Amino acid sequence: MLRYVVWRVLMMMPTLIAISFVVFVIIQLPEGDYLDAMVAELEAQGERLQADQIAHLRAQYGLDAPFVVQYWNWISAIVLHGDFGFSFEYDRPVLDVIGDRFWLTAILALGTVIFTWAVSFPIAIYSAVYKYSIGDHILTFIGFLGLATPNFLLALILLYLSQVYFGTEVGQIMAEQYIGEPMSFDKFLSILSHMWIAVVVIGTSGTAGMIRRIRANLMDELEKPYVVTARAKGLPPGRALIKYPLRLSLNPFIADIGNLLPDLISGSVLVAFVLSLPTNGPILVNALQSQDMYLAGAIVMIEAVLVVIGVLISDLALAALDPRIRLGEGVRR
Amino acid sequence: MKRFVDPQPFHPDDERPLTAEQEQFYTASQWQLIWWRFHRHRLAVVSFWFLLALYAAILVAEFLAPYGLESRNAAHVYAPPQTIHLFHEGRLVGPFVYPYSFELNLETLEREYKFDRTEPQPLRWFCRGEPYRFWGQVEGDLHLFCPKEGGTVFLLGTDRLGRDMLSRILYGARISLTIGLLGVAVSFVLGVLLGGLAGYLGGVVDSVIQRIIEVIRSFPVIPLWMALSAALPVSWDPLWVYFGITLILGLVDWPGLARAVRGRILSLREEDFAQAAVLMGARPRRVIVRHLVPSFASHLIASVTLAIPSMILGETALSFLGLGLRPPITSWGVLLTEAQNINAVALYPWLMLPVVPVILVVLAFNFVGDGLRDAADPYG
Repeated sequence: MLRYVVWRVLMMMPTLIAISFVVFVIIQLPEGDYLDAMVAELEAQGERLQADQIAHLRAQYGLDAPFVVQYWNWISAIVLHGDFGFSFEYDRPVLDVIGDRFWLTAILALGTVIFTWAVSFPIAIYSAVYKYSIGDHILTFIGFLGLATPNFLLALILLYLSQVYFGTEVGQIMAEQYIGEPMSFDKFLSILSHMWIAVVVIGTSGTAGMIRRIRANLMDELEKPYVVTARAKGLPPGRALIKYPLRLSLNPFIADIGNLLPDLISGSVLVAFVLSLPTNGPILVNALQSQDMYLAGAIVMIEAVLVVIGVLISDLALAALDPRIRLGEGVRR
Repeated sequence: MKRFVDPQPFHPDDERPLTAEQEQFYTASQWQLIWWRFHRHRLAVVSFWFLLALYAAILVAEFLAPYGLESRNAAHVYAPPQTIHLFHEGRLVGPFVYPYSFELNLETLEREYKFDRTEPQPLRWFCRGEPYRFWGQVEGDLHLFCPKEGGTVFLLGTDRLGRDMLSRILYGARISLTIGLLGVAVSFVLGVLLGGLAGYLGGVVDSVIQRIIEVIRSFPVIPLWMALSAALPVSWDPLWVYFGITLILGLVDWPGLARAVRGRILSLREEDFAQAAVLMGARPRRVIVRHLVPSFASHLIASVTLAIPSMILGETALSFLGLGLRPPITSWGVLLTEAQNINAVALYPWLMLPVVPVILVVLAFNFVGDGLRDAADPYG
């Protein structure tokens, strides 16, 4: 197992490096650089810099260095000092801006994954056991609607309905007294109790996909000869379902995190923007609109890294559960 | 021992003659079989014709829309939808609308529209109305229906500048529906090319392409789309932005397709017919294009169909956030930016109406894709 863990973590490194490279390219894409923005800012405040002053600053910040050197400066600052650069929009270091919101984003993602599991598990079993019954058809249809209805439009509709019928905002993610407070257990509970609308909205599409996959897996498994034998020998149906077929069809729960997580995070950005939740989503949108690229790049990078770590955890969990993967030559997804 | 030999040649069909239907089934081509199998999926067939009708409609949006994209009506700002009636005071008049006008409520400062129920305004059909340039080229003024002279017909209400929502949705369909197709075209070319190379050549090429796919897939799609489209220069012409967005949509989407193609080619490459072609000296390009691609073309079409709705949604989301298309180019997402202000929407709910076509189109594409996936392997 240890060998597998080490191998898997090593395999993650090139991916992380490539991700950081792509993010840096994105940061560099818009015309102009850090200094152009700063000069424009100063000029707006009525200060004026001499041309040689600008050239001096440019050399000092290494902005006239080749692309690779600039990339190296940027990434080494992140890895060594946790310094993600400076946000012009907020006039603070990027890390300060993201800080608290990062945890909310992570909690939201985690909550959504748990929601997806909790909902899809019983529905998928019901659909597979009573396949092609009316209940199965209805559930499949609802699942299809959930899959096809865009999350952020659902959020918009929900927001509208709650505005019209309840006159309340659904955008609160915690009770008033906790806003601005440091993270504590009470605050965590408060967040959980306020978060469910966002979780439901973001979770719908993932849930539908998960139900379909587990249902298909379980249906395949239920037709296998060993299940037929077990039932022929008189094992009660409940045990004949739970003892082996169910356990074998549970792989997608964990294996699918790699597919689920990017979708969830991606969906949560939009939903969070519509519901104006205090997660990374709305900040990312604002940062991109005002071309505050260091902030935007940092958020995109953190979210991608979150996905990579999520996939790593799911792969390790899968290896712990399934000896075929642990003892085989590598991961198969 | 006496043996009996029948001098007549034996033909199995004489024993059990095939019905005309069976005959047709056994001689049908693969695509014919796929089409028949597809027809068994009722919802998919309905969705298919629905989409076809929509794509036909965007060809003649100018004719179908009663107003132009940007025509404003200052006297009808934030006007609610006018419903079509048939009967006026128990008498059949044919399709007509009641005219309305607003009064400013001086206490709440809201516009309150009042219908004038005394005077029905019948719609005119195939009429001369607002002049337009058909696809920006040919001048015309023929519309499917127009309001009575001097009257109004806002079937889905108007927005903050008094522009007809129905007309804007019809014009917006032109952008929203084509952007998915163009984006998928980009993703298709990249996916087949890179997936095909990875699957066929294997070795180093395969590993490199696999790693690239892995990296792109670990980015959440929407933030990546957002970041890339935010990098499009602000000074670009809206039409350039349109093509830029399609390119971005395709650039981020191809790995899924490439994976599918790679998997198929890996398994098909080992089949006897492919090996035979290689041994007879066919070059990789010929083996892939001539022998392998036709074997999984139907699967490819199914996955492409399932990729289109995510592109349409992507564009809608980007434009909704103000990072995608910008006016004067109008898509459903651009129309929905008006719905960002939830207080405005609570007062004028018809601003949310562009959501309806988005959901319908996404659903329809999903059903068609599902039907195609089931039909892709008609021998199974």
